[in-house]
Amino acid sequence: MQTESIKTEQLTRAYKGKKKADPSVIALDQVDLSVYEGELFGLLGPNGAGKTTLIKILTTLLLPTSGKALVAGFDVDKEAQKIKPLINMVSGGEESGYGILTVVETIWMFSQFYGIPNKVAKERIDKLLEVVGLKDNAKTKVYKLSTGMRQKMNFARGFVSDPKIIFLDEPMLGLDVEAARTCRKFIKNWLNENPTRTVLLTTHYLVEADELCDRIAIINHGKIVACDTPDNLKLLVQREPIFQLETTMMQNEIDEFKQMAGVIDLTYSHNIDKSTTSFRMRLSKEEVIAKIIGTLTKHNLKIISLEKREPSLEDVFIKLVGKKIEEEDA
Amino acid sequence: MRDSIILNLRAVWARAYVRIVGANREPSWIIAETLLPLFSLSAYVFLYKAIDAPAQFIGFVILGGTMTAYWIAILWGMAAQFYWEKTSGQFALYLIAPMSRMAILMGMAVGGFFMTTIRAVATLIIGCLIFRVEFQVVSWVYLILIFLLSMVALYGMGMMFASLFLLWGREVQHLTNLLQEPIYLFSGFYFPVKCLGTWVSSFASLIPLTLGLDGMRQCLFGQAKAMGFMSFKLEVLILLGMDIVFLYLAGKMHRIMEYKGKKEGTLTTRWQ
Ligand SMILES: Nc1ncnc2c1ncn2[C@@H]1O[C@H](COP(=O)(O)OP(=O)(O)OP(=O)(O)O)[C@@H](O)[C@H]1O
Ligand SMILES: [Mg+2]
Repeated sequence: MQTESIKTEQLTRAYKGKKKADPSVIALDQVDLSVYEGELFGLLGPNGAGKTTLIKILTTLLLPTSGKALVAGFDVDKEAQKIKPLINMVSGGEESGYGILTVVETIWMFSQFYGIPNKVAKERIDKLLEVVGLKDNAKTKVYKLSTGMRQKMNFARGFVSDPKIIFLDEPMLGLDVEAARTCRKFIKNWLNENPTRTVLLTTHYLVEADELCDRIAIINHGKIVACDTPDNLKLLVQREPIFQLETTMMQNEIDEFKQMAGVIDLTYSHNIDKSTTSFRMRLSKEEVIAKIIGTLTKHNLKIISLEKREPSLEDVFIKLVGKKIEEEDA
Repeated sequence: MRDSIILNLRAVWARAYVRIVGANREPSWIIAETLLPLFSLSAYVFLYKAIDAPAQFIGFVILGGTMTAYWIAILWGMAAQFYWEKTSGQFALYLIAPMSRMAILMGMAVGGFFMTTIRAVATLIIGCLIFRVEFQVVSWVYLILIFLLSMVALYGMGMMFASLFLLWGREVQHLTNLLQEPIYLFSGFYFPVKCLGTWVSSFASLIPLTLGLDGMRQCLFGQAKAMGFMSFKLEVLILLGMDIVFLYLAGKMHRIMEYKGKKEGTLTTRWQ
């Protein structure tokens, strides 16, 4: 029997509207979720889906409106004090710390809030800075750091208390590809070092989630719409073929394709420079593609490339949520 | 229990460290903050000289002018602090950590007090040298006692404000500004508070610096006894009471604020 690190039952959170008369926003709607020790659990959802709200409740920053949430077996409402020594959190884009301190001092300061002896803290900080690639900047004052470097520091800060459960809310935000890769590797190793650790991660990068997560929950409008391993999630779109198609630039013909019988969903983007349009569409059966090619010819649109795709998490996401996952403020 | 004490002491020191080290990295600030109070208190000194006020008034002004540093430190370094830290996301990280919130407030207070004292002492020494103040110390013990007691009460008040300001949100800036100058008047920074009459003085005594200043003046300048608002021994008792009440209220307000914030979702910024 696996041990539950995180468990929610009918967890609901509503926020009051801005003005008194406004209706309240239901950020989480009767969420039932179990995350087990040793898991790297991903939370995917479009902007405003309720991911951060869930993390705030689990990190004891916010109370549930109704329902229950347990972290390491403790109730977030009544036993917050027992949860705190066991957890930590890293959020993308946070500006914590004091500009006047150096990187090492900042992380040391946070380690002290968890009562870590100086010697242990120092060793951990050295190691973490090495991992995130901030070693050369250990003595740099925080206000001089670039956004990416700052995020690396935050990342190190989250792990310095050696938490049992870590909450990572868009932790790679602002990191360059190389740094993000190192951090991903670190997260994996960190979990493997000790089987009682747990990671809960939210991200907008579906490839990252696919590569990293043992299980993924897709959340939309405060509800969990699917929760499974990445491979099992992909089975949801397995039977419906997915095609990637590039044509010369379209104007208004797109709607026609969207409404065509046999097209389950379709997303597209224009490339102004190349004057082309790219499609990704999921069809009810393979034969529909013939009809699409026919229609393209009718409109005098040229096919530049056409390929059948392996189902990806993005396809699952679009099927379940009805749109692409947006990049943060892109 | 023992672990919890060590944890909280570490937290106090870590938070104080930011202030102590931070301030030393900006020496220009220290100079500015030492000199600025000197300018405004000099104005009063010249005024008193011009109207031939009793000699001890010069000492009064210098002591008062020195103490303004603590009032500013409370407003900007304590009261408004959590609000600023909330916008940076720092506050959320305090809240998820296991140490007591009071440890953070204590750390801010200890570090702030240390730094402010360095500046205040510099102001005091320079002021006394320039204007040749003569002291006639009545009681060192009471002087130090009154100073320390009024500081505890003052920082306790700053801790209370920190929680209140967090709830008030964006009005903080105005409120802090609004509180700064009038208190110089009501607490008698530049003249004996007794001049304001019993009613106003009593009301002003809610600010611990009022009685603290009054008592310290009585201890420092022998002739000042007649200008004291009340006996400095009584002031010690009142200040002690304030210490207890303010610290208790600070803890309580913080718990209320945290609960309310967790319920309403106002403890953290929305865009995180
Ligand atoms: N403090 C708050 N007060 C009122 N409404 C809020 C508050 N915080 C979040 N919301 C609302 O609750 C909903 C869920 O927000 P949340 O931040 O949890 O989403 P998210 O999934 O983290 O989104 P993103 O991907 O943009 O980070 C949104 O509609 C948001 O506007
Ligand atoms: Mg979010």
